[in-house]
Amino acid sequence: MMVGSKDWKPKILAFLCNWCSYAGADLAGTSRIQYPANVRVIRVPCSGRLNPFFIIAALQHGIDGVLVCGCHPGECHYLSGNYNARRKFALLKGLLEYIGLEEDRVQFSWVSAAEGVRFAKVIAVATEKIKALGPAERLVKKPA
Amino acid sequence: MPEVSDKIREAARSLLRQHKVDLVVGFERGSIPLRSTPCFVRREEDVDRLIWDSFCENNLAKYLVKRAERVAIVGKGCDVRAVVELIKENQISREQLFIIGVPCQGMVDRRRVEAKLDGREILEVSETDGELELKGDGFSEIVSREEFLYPCCKTCTHRNPVISDVLVADAAAELDSDSHLDVAEFEARSAGERWEYLSREFSKCIRCYACRNACPLCYCQECFVDNSRPQWVGKSTDASDVAVFHIMRAFHLAGRCVDCGACERACPMGVDIRKLNRKLVKDVKARFDYETGLSLDQVAPLSTFRPDDPEEFMLDP
Repeated sequence: MMVGSKDWKPKILAFLCNWCSYAGADLAGTSRIQYPANVRVIRVPCSGRLNPFFIIAALQHGIDGVLVCGCHPGECHYLSGNYNARRKFALLKGLLEYIGLEEDRVQFSWVSAAEGVRFAKVIAVATEKIKALGPAERLVKKPA
Repeated sequence: MPEVSDKIREAARSLLRQHKVDLVVGFERGSIPLRSTPCFVRREEDVDRLIWDSFCENNLAKYLVKRAERVAIVGKGCDVRAVVELIKENQISREQLFIIGVPCQGMVDRRRVEAKLDGREILEVSETDGELELKGDGFSEIVSREEFLYPCCKTCTHRNPVISDVLVADAAAELDSDSHLDVAEFEARSAGERWEYLSREFSKCIRCYACRNACPLCYCQECFVDNSRPQWVGKSTDASDVAVFHIMRAFHLAGRCVDCGACERACPMGVDIRKLNRKLVKDVKARFDYETGLSLDQVAPLSTFRPDDPEEFMLDP
């Protein structure tokens, strides 16, 4: 789709925790809940597995928005992966906004395996916000 | 500061004589004025090379990583805070270390001093209390130290070493707190302005990695910029690659940066590197109530968590 055209659709990358959000996405699917189809999913073993580079590399290569979902606090399969991730994400999000990246480009949310409806809602809201920003430009690596 | 130099020499001499350490890391006079340079003393007869003045700006903690021998380090406030972090990160053990602590009065920014003289060459510098006397061919000028301190020294709240085995001067007066006004001011600008400012700063970067090499806490055997599998960041001076380098360099120092300013002093291009580091210093303090390098018992903020850590940034539709 042409960038700048009316039909522009954002490319969104979602990192989903294997134990909760990924199953939540599955539930949304099997329950036939509708949500925007702009999201490409990458399954990770835990939100704590996320290396900030995954997010940065996605933005550098032209992804319009990144969403990271993990288990609700207290429900991590590995007990504390999401707690550690939360600290990391707080600093990373703050830093990315500080350098001038739009606030909604990178988003984090908790979605459990039982929350198919919530998953659809998170995707809908995140997509809406990223759509409002338009195509990513800052930090995108232009071909030489 | 001849009396401080004397005391450093005295301490170093007795340590080497009694074979308590194999090496003393300190400063010696540089080959040109306004530049003191790191110095490694292994023999008692070399002890007199050691000095202390307003130009001992390097962070000597850099030279401690993975040393096997027993070392004495001449450390000012920021050096010792970096040492504390290195001990916590198992890069050196407290037992093999002797800290000759120097309460610091701040270091002088030679570039700004030189700029003031409009190209006239300084041939000799002498220091008296709070003043520098600069002499050159046919001129002599007296300037105030305070005026030319490095920005990081002006906001420094830990001039006195937090741990030491001997102190070689009386305690320095401390500022109450660093309120990070510069960061707050930058945050108040619009996202576009911030991006524009930093893009301009990053565009000066030649990717020489002097900032990384000068940083006492950048000691990874293989740095992410050198990785090729996966290659996290391109090696060119492409605007995006440079930005990613600076973002990740700063992020790797989140909760570890002691804001000694070594990166910025090492930068040959004058990139405003501390702009990012200080944001993280501020956030770590505000979010996790953690200040780097103050005690050996504190757990690094990204190695721990609290169940009730703030999560106002999370999307909760």
